[in-house]
Amino acid sequence: MIRDFFSHNFAKFHEINRKYAKPNVEMSGWVKASLLFLRLYLILLVGLLLYKFYTLL
Amino acid sequence: MFKLSNIYYEFRRIWKAITLFFIISGPGLVVMIADNDAGGITTYAATGAKYGYHLIWFLIILVPVAYYVQEMTVRLGAVTKRGHGEAIFAGFGAFWGWFSLLDLLFVNWLTLVTEFIGMTSALRIFGVPPWLTVIGVCIIMLIMVVQGRYWTWEKIAILFCLVNLIYIPGAFLVNPSVHDIMHDGFVPHLPPGGFTNDLFFFIMANIGTTIAPWMLFFQQSAVVDKGTKEKEIPWGKVDTFVGSVVTVVVAIFIVLVTGTILKGVTIDDAAQASQILMKTHKYAGVFMAIGLFDAGFLGAVCISLASSWALGEVFGWAHSLNNKVREAPWFYGFYFVSLLTAGLVVLIPKAPLVLITLFVQVVAVTLLPAALVFLILLLNNKKTMGEYTNSLWQNIVVSTIVVAVVILSTLYGMSALFPDMFK
Repeated sequence: MIRDFFSHNFAKFHEINRKYAKPNVEMSGWVKASLLFLRLYLILLVGLLLYKFYTLL
Repeated sequence: MFKLSNIYYEFRRIWKAITLFFIISGPGLVVMIADNDAGGITTYAATGAKYGYHLIWFLIILVPVAYYVQEMTVRLGAVTKRGHGEAIFAGFGAFWGWFSLLDLLFVNWLTLVTEFIGMTSALRIFGVPPWLTVIGVCIIMLIMVVQGRYWTWEKIAILFCLVNLIYIPGAFLVNPSVHDIMHDGFVPHLPPGGFTNDLFFFIMANIGTTIAPWMLFFQQSAVVDKGTKEKEIPWGKVDTFVGSVVTVVVAIFIVLVTGTILKGVTIDDAAQASQILMKTHKYAGVFMAIGLFDAGFLGAVCISLASSWALGEVFGWAHSLNNKVREAPWFYGFYFVSLLTAGLVVLIPKAPLVLITLFVQVVAVTLLPAALVFLILLLNNKKTMGEYTNSLWQNIVVSTIVVAVVILSTLYGMSALFPDMFK
């Protein structure tokens, strides 16, 4: 039963990944720049969080 | 006689418009009033206690900030018939979709814990033990959704929104000076002491509580679940505008209460403010505590629904409040489990509740910029938005707001991570 549950849900994850594999927003310069900004912003935040945990330990 | 019939005709016309507004309104009013959640009430109470009436003018600026951001979710939801989670998956692919969904679920669950902290501490003032509050709240929230009609849920939620107005009579009880309010509150100026790190912190905190990630997801999903059509978008905008005005009015009245009675007192949370208030103005303190409970309740019901809707949209489960429990077991199951687990955390002896409250601010800033940027980009997608695409003017306004909100809320989150940053 547990195996069925996990195999069913893994299949669901794959199905979602396939369904949304191709973004439907046109990747113009603005969109690409915005997504790059978000990536850099998240890297910075994660870096700060890791630094905080490192200094706490 | 002609004049009389004219007046009657005008009265009927206005009455019809008001009735229609109350039929169509809902998501905007609920999300905006729920925005004054337990954390928000604490922020406003602390602002009033610290700066008296001097920051009321700043709160008024938050009306357009909240309105312009939330109004976009109405258009996006009504046109695409998709919630924000699903719209991000479809618009930007699986990577950004999973990031937004998982981050939303995590932030929402942590925020739910803070709502339960607010509710239990508010009812503890009246002698209600926390375990009873958690059980009672979970039962009421379950009853609110299981009747299988979005309409009924929304009207019950609006009743709880009305309770949020309790701060208005509360402010009249403490007799604030109208002259001081007009003089100090409505003329833009810096409070005595000028621009200090403390003031900057309070400005960040007030902006941070105005726009939260769950609000975008909640309102867009609610608009879809309600079945709002494109032709009803103007009404959705009115609904959102009225909601943003009401939420700021409530915030101002909280500032009036604490700014009149508790000026100069350091406030750590709204429950503490209620207890101090009760010593001098019993009913003002009681109203503050009732308002805090109601704020936590409204916040909790909206946040847990935002998570369930987002999860249901992406996984393709039945995810409407119009479904019965057996038709949408995953939707209701997740809603209830998230509520119950968040409530149980508050009951754990020596649980790090202060740490959780601070951590929410940090985690929220990982999602807010992404959710806001995606919102603007989706509203500029002519292919799906058609005539409802953002105009140049709308883009200028919302981009300015989003840049300011992102910078200030990020600094606010960082101040939780590095408390000495603004000292």
